[in-house]
Amino acid sequence: MLRPLPLLTTLVLVGPVLFGLIGSILPASGLLMQSAETPFATALSWPGLPRALAISILSGVLSTLGALAVATLILAGWHGTRAFAVLERALSPLLAVPHAAAALGLAFLVSPSGWIFRIPANLLGWDRAPDLLILGDPWGLSLTAGLIAKETPFLLLMMLAAMGQADAGPRMAIARSLGQGRVAAWLKAVFPTIYAQVRLPVLVVLVFGMTNVDVAIILGPSTPTTLAVQVTRWMTDPDLAARAVAAAGGLILFAATLAVLALWWLGERAIGSVGRAWVWSGIGLPDRAARGVGLTLAGGSAAMVLAGLAALAVWSVAARWAFPDMLPEALTWRSWMRFGPDMAQTALTTLGLAVTATAVSLLLVIGCLEAEVRHGLSLGQRALWLLYLPLLVPQVTFLPGLQLLPLTLGIGPSIWLVLAGHIVFVLPYVFLSLQGPFRAWDGRLARVAAGLGTSQNRVLWRLRLPMLVSPVLTAVAVGMAVSIGQYLTTLLLGGGRVTTLVTEAVALSSGGDRRAIGVWGLGQAVAALLPFALALGVPAIVFRNRRGLRHV
Amino acid sequence: MSDGLRFDDVAISRDERLLLAVDARIPPGEVLTLMGPSGSGKSTLLSLVMGDLPAAFRATGRVVLNGTDLTGLDVAARHVGILYQDPLLFPHLDVATNLAFGLPRGGRRADRRATVDAALADIGLAGFGARDPATLSGGQAARVALMRTLLSRPAALLLDEPFSKLDTGLRDQMRELVFGRARVARVPVLMVTHDEADAQAAGGQVIRLD
Amino acid sequence: MRFALTLLAALALPTLSPAQTQPDPADWPAVTAQADGQTVYWHAWGGSTATNDFIGWVADRAGEMGVDLRHVKLTDTADAVGVVVNELQAGVTEGGSVDMIWINGANFASMKRENLLFGPFAEQLPNWRYVDVDGKGVLTDFTVPTEGFESPWAMAQLVFVHDSARVETPPTSAAKLLEWAQANPGRFTYPQPPDFLGTTFLKQMLIELTDDPARLSEPVGDDYDDVTFILWDYLDQLQPLLWRQGRAYPESGPRQFQLINDGEVDIAISFSPGEATTAIGNFELPESVRTYVLDGGTIGNASFVAIPVNANAKAGAMVVADILLSPEAQARAQDPAVLGYGTVLDMAKLSPEDRAVFDALDLGIATLTPTQLGTALPEPHPTWATRLADDWVARYGVAD
Repeated sequence: MLRPLPLLTTLVLVGPVLFGLIGSILPASGLLMQSAETPFATALSWPGLPRALAISILSGVLSTLGALAVATLILAGWHGTRAFAVLERALSPLLAVPHAAAALGLAFLVSPSGWIFRIPANLLGWDRAPDLLILGDPWGLSLTAGLIAKETPFLLLMMLAAMGQADAGPRMAIARSLGQGRVAAWLKAVFPTIYAQVRLPVLVVLVFGMTNVDVAIILGPSTPTTLAVQVTRWMTDPDLAARAVAAAGGLILFAATLAVLALWWLGERAIGSVGRAWVWSGIGLPDRAARGVGLTLAGGSAAMVLAGLAALAVWSVAARWAFPDMLPEALTWRSWMRFGPDMAQTALTTLGLAVTATAVSLLLVIGCLEAEVRHGLSLGQRALWLLYLPLLVPQVTFLPGLQLLPLTLGIGPSIWLVLAGHIVFVLPYVFLSLQGPFRAWDGRLARVAAGLGTSQNRVLWRLRLPMLVSPVLTAVAVGMAVSIGQYLTTLLLGGGRVTTLVTEAVALSSGGDRRAIGVWGLGQAVAALLPFALALGVPAIVFRNRRGLRHV
Repeated sequence: MSDGLRFDDVAISRDERLLLAVDARIPPGEVLTLMGPSGSGKSTLLSLVMGDLPAAFRATGRVVLNGTDLTGLDVAARHVGILYQDPLLFPHLDVATNLAFGLPRGGRRADRRATVDAALADIGLAGFGARDPATLSGGQAARVALMRTLLSRPAALLLDEPFSKLDTGLRDQMRELVFGRARVARVPVLMVTHDEADAQAAGGQVIRLD
Repeated sequence: MRFALTLLAALALPTLSPAQTQPDPADWPAVTAQADGQTVYWHAWGGSTATNDFIGWVADRAGEMGVDLRHVKLTDTADAVGVVVNELQAGVTEGGSVDMIWINGANFASMKRENLLFGPFAEQLPNWRYVDVDGKGVLTDFTVPTEGFESPWAMAQLVFVHDSARVETPPTSAAKLLEWAQANPGRFTYPQPPDFLGTTFLKQMLIELTDDPARLSEPVGDDYDDVTFILWDYLDQLQPLLWRQGRAYPESGPRQFQLINDGEVDIAISFSPGEATTAIGNFELPESVRTYVLDGGTIGNASFVAIPVNANAKAGAMVVADILLSPEAQARAQDPAVLGYGTVLDMAKLSPEDRAVFDALDLGIATLTPTQLGTALPEPHPTWATRLADDWVARYGVAD
């Protein structure tokens, strides 16, 4: 019964991507749609293309380097300290905060009329905000900064998970006893192993940075936009020919992504030899400065995201609130009464989708892992790449095709299509969160149980899963957060009819009603946080008398 | 000047409970062995000398290395080398680069290369520089780990159950090599072990905990 | 495994309901009977919370008639047109996903030209008898005859919104606006074309500047460069004086209001005469905000709803279109406390009770009276909007 699951899972991961790519390649090359004659030529002749592509690449590469640097510095300089414990506690909430909500909060914080600038405005008596191009700057620097703030927690979590395999403690002791400062020791002795473990997540961040739509709409430039946003615009153009152009644009972006990934790979090798030369040189780092920079950047970006959320919360209960007041003139529940009921209803749809997508993913993942245990059916070393495939191929490249192909089969946009789309993106994250703990579970317990005459199914349901309840719940929380954050998937596969908290929040961002954005953004953040709170809370209650199982 | 490693009324306690108390001096080139079952807190003394004693422990007294009080000094500035039961070679670096890791700064690149090559020849591993540490035998890896520590010219050497994972035959060889090298380099050695044979081979003072 | 199969089966299920008989707009009882129990997906721009609330209210009215109205919130009306085009391309000629679109201008022109619309139906709606057919210009949409393929529901006219606490004498012509911007650099901007409001600003300025506004009612021709030269010359002068030196623009109309509230700009534009009053009531604008129109008048047009040819719930959509034309809904839409849109109805055709409701409306501090608004200028032919927006993007939308 378990045997077909690995194959089915592979199909779920690979099928939609291939399907979608074909669905994009055909119209882009002028097939499938007669009205479009030369989609590639049209896309290539768009005057904004060089700049849009440059911004996409720049913001993707810089945000990845930035997030990697901040996560590395904080881990190298502060792991095991009290400051780190504080940051670590903020990690899950920061991760769960959806990209769109975080970006909307940041947008209010850093704009020239935002909270930060209101401090000097009050002190110096400005009644007009300075005319500074901070948000939507032509080179996408605020977009890059926003992405760094949002991706650092993700990479940090991935690196923390990899720490166990890197023998970090003893290695640090050796390296430091050999005369290296804390940060230099970590970089030379621990980082290479950690990086090898988190390489794919780093590439996911890189691809996301280059091709995301929701953050780029909110924080990115508009004259022109990033290529991913432009592709989305073409996708929704009334002129049918523009769809083929969108497919072509998506493929151009895909090609650029592949090129950047290749360059990244070369960069990794270059950094590798630079690193070896550095080890040979015996030169260290200014430890105090490096630690200071790490803590400032990590703490600063965490504080910015949280302060942005706080700003959203204040806006959601604000009566009149004009520049340069630090706080609204009065507080009112009116915005919650106005938008709350609608939001609550949408939240139900959102959670319903998230629960279903996660449940299906969880069944497939546990089935696969159990098949591995019982029949030795593993997907092999390449499985990791398979898992990452949907995350490494840009969404704007294959989602348009995925929307187009079912349509040719007579399947219109629907909630089922959205659900299927969510599973494609939820499954890898659930698999990645669960595979480590599942495989690490002490198999001798199963042998002991089998010796007592327990069936394999019973071992799974009565021993393995109950003991793994904490990682399973964490995987569920991660899966739900991923589903709740799916913007483009929901927008394109739902044809606009399936509204979730994120599609509403991004749609509202163009209108700029901060009170509505506050209500919706907070609703989205809470929806994503709730599962994490449960994942932490439930095992603590269930296992309150079982010290050996309280590893959270 | 080099009067070795001195413990002046050192006491380590946890939750108001005294774990161990040491008042001793290890002259250069000699070995002090700390014996006791696991859980007796003997490794915390190593942590104290290294400078990474966990916050849950409290230490009083002074650790003085060649006349310098180590209290409050950064780990990297103490020049204290350590060997564990695992060689803990960095798996991402080749054997030569592992050795170069501990070389103090300065000197031309060619000189540093020559130093590492000489060190490899010294432990009978000439030509092993480009090897992946994972391909070394247990004895070879242990020798590389020792040499890596010695190349960093430590002022003191700590041994944390250093020979317990080696085959019996190799154990004697390694003991001889480690203690011999320490003697030649006039480095004070603090060893933590529960193997009586280690203490006998070291031949110095022995403190027993229980 | 079984679950996965169920899912696969569910995915393969046709989501399109079986073909229904086409409703006949002339047989209204049959229409309402068919509409009962239908779900209508109304694709309408969702960027304004006031509009969303109003549509929510319409949904309650529709519910009373057994129609389940769902608002599909768009960031751009073109999205909905795209869905219809896409579906028809894929052979979905029945049971499509878009039942009704808030539409006008270029989107209507292209849908009508491509035969993507159901109808004619508008003039058969029961409440059509109240519509001000002659005075409000609802029989043409951007010069394109509507011919019953779309039903009007609100009047819009371009107004300028200013913060009277910061601007004492607002500029009332293109020339004065440039002068004002020179004196107050960085304090004015407009939504980024192809946003419809931004594009309307371009058209308005072209009407202001050109010698021959009548030329604009004909489609764009070979003389495009000659006609628009003066506009680009003007915008080239204006651009460096804009907010952020014209290197960034607000995405939409309501976003400009936020900029006024944030003290970033002093003048904004709006296509809804009552919008500023509504926004003040919702705390979105300071109480010192007022509206005005240009000396030479401003562009006005009507908002319509249209039904795609492959709509699934055509009868339900017609019922909603009729509700939108009801005096109750029209009065509510005109109330600045709700929406502040102009009505498409003729007061003379209403019953005295209904008229009294309109008369009793408090238009609010920032809303101009019909007299102050003056006669709306006609929209240019839709080809102008498309061409101007494309050109604007090429000139200013893709920084070098």
